[in-house]
Amino acid sequence: MTEAASPELAGELVDADQQSRRSIRLMAFFDRFGVLLLVLVMGALSYAAQPEVFLSSNNIANIFRQTAFLALLALGQFLVIVTAGIDLSVGSTLALAMMSAAVLSVAGVPWPILILTPFAVGTAVGLVNGLGLTKLHMPHPFIMTLGMLNIARGLTNLISGGVPISGLPAEVRWLGAGNLVLGGIEIPVSVIAVIVSFALAWLFLEHTRTGRHIYAIGGNPQAARVSGINVDRTLVIVYALCGLLAGFSGLLLAGRTGSGFPNAGIGAELDAISAVIIGGASFFGGRGTVLGVFAGVLVIGMMRNLLNLSNVQVFWQQVLIGVVIIAIVAFDVLRRRAAASS
Amino acid sequence: MMEAAAPLVIEARAIAKRFGHVTALRGVDLTLEPGEVLGVVGDNGAGKSTLMKVLSGLHQPSSGELLINGEAVRFGSPRDARQRGIEMVYQDLALAGNLRIDENILLGRERTRAIGPLRLVDHAANVALAKQHLDKLRIHVKSVSQRVEDLSGGQRQAVAIARATAFDAKVVIMDEPTAALAVREVRKVLDLIKDLKTHGIGVILISHRLDDIFYVCDRVMALFRGANFAEAPLGEVERDEVIGWIMGNKRQEDAPVGAGAN
Repeated sequence: MTEAASPELAGELVDADQQSRRSIRLMAFFDRFGVLLLVLVMGALSYAAQPEVFLSSNNIANIFRQTAFLALLALGQFLVIVTAGIDLSVGSTLALAMMSAAVLSVAGVPWPILILTPFAVGTAVGLVNGLGLTKLHMPHPFIMTLGMLNIARGLTNLISGGVPISGLPAEVRWLGAGNLVLGGIEIPVSVIAVIVSFALAWLFLEHTRTGRHIYAIGGNPQAARVSGINVDRTLVIVYALCGLLAGFSGLLLAGRTGSGFPNAGIGAELDAISAVIIGGASFFGGRGTVLGVFAGVLVIGMMRNLLNLSNVQVFWQQVLIGVVIIAIVAFDVLRRRAAASS
Repeated sequence: MMEAAAPLVIEARAIAKRFGHVTALRGVDLTLEPGEVLGVVGDNGAGKSTLMKVLSGLHQPSSGELLINGEAVRFGSPRDARQRGIEMVYQDLALAGNLRIDENILLGRERTRAIGPLRLVDHAANVALAKQHLDKLRIHVKSVSQRVEDLSGGQRQAVAIARATAFDAKVVIMDEPTAALAVREVRKVLDLIKDLKTHGIGVILISHRLDDIFYVCDRVMALFRGANFAEAPLGEVERDEVIGWIMGNKRQEDAPVGAGAN
């Protein structure tokens, strides 16, 4: 009896597969490349509006340079959002990391330590977020990181007296402001830093056990737990990495502006979240790619650039970014519905 | 009773479990032989799920003794139980829908390989392992790289069972594996359970559906208000009788168990 039953099982499972295969492929294509199409559309629009300026290497380098710090914030935010969490503190963490380096610089600390400081401060903030979330059994990361948003901003003002500090050593500024000449083309160091960070994040998420477990936790934390995955430990790692990247982001911004300023990164956590969502990650966790986040950052950067070049008022930029977030997610919902019903 | 002959893969003696003032289990006994399918029935709150959670290491018993292959054990976590070859298939399936079939089957036990100083997931090896295991159970999927959320309920259940049996499981505990399935898929999952027998895997099946119990089980036991109520090999008991057990009624005529049906 058991011998006879299973081949039938086989036949039916194959049938069901074939029906859904095409729509799954189409979905997978959009999941992976939809946001890249959006980047191309933005590029075409920009080119149509400002043909001489947009494609100039200066302008392109500017877009990348201006978005580098956002890219790192978004990358960290993405790791957290994959676990169905959120980190509201990244903007404040950026400021604290940046100001810590600036304050130490005034105190005459040598530059190698100054470069490491933002990473250490960011990681420390992230660790506190992760440990607080898991050990204090916070009902939602929103609360832990909302608290940290205030704590880190307050500390930033405390250590700096609330005033900007300029005059960072050139070595410290190099990562954020320097250029490398590769094959006759000047490439901002910050762009290389971003690309390397994204590549490492991709390797981590796609090809390490911890990376896969991060996706599993976002998909179904209960499944992860009963599979023997240490969910709490994984979450602490994720928040620590997010803090590390926020610190790195602070270092780049300090380099670009040549100073530390206590109001840096106010509201940046929302830009980071926007980039992640535009990049196709699900707010409910488990979904999204590093490449998508990169594209999401580019979309925001290009949109700002286009609006700047076209002399559109800053306030309108804000309105438009809001509209784009809603439009993209609405389109995504429609697409999924269509795919599900076909 | 057939205690003496085969070594018992699970023997639970007088398991009690209290949650504060609530007593969920009051001294329950349970035995399972290798390759046996045991059906566990009982009304809501009879203690079925609690008992299964004790067996799978999710809960620690307040008192009582648990023996695996004749050896006394204490499970601190599902991981301990799993190391002893006891796996649980959860009612809500406990699959990560966003991950591929092979990733779900190997979740938490992925094979890795060293590349320089890094330990990277060996996706090819995992896919091969998953395929091999699915073939062994004769579960056929178009591709193991499908995401689990794109599968039907029955297919998901098959993946969950494959996951539970992927690493030398001796016992698979299933809590209502057919409850969420379309009618035409129920039979396939039940046949898969029968297939596990041929691999020598014991199954404990909790189900409200007596059709399921009578289709796959060798023996059925009933819990009532956290205690053993009755049990019998499937050939020696009738459906109506089992329904009576669930509601707390032994047979009306006071005949000894097993005399009525054959």
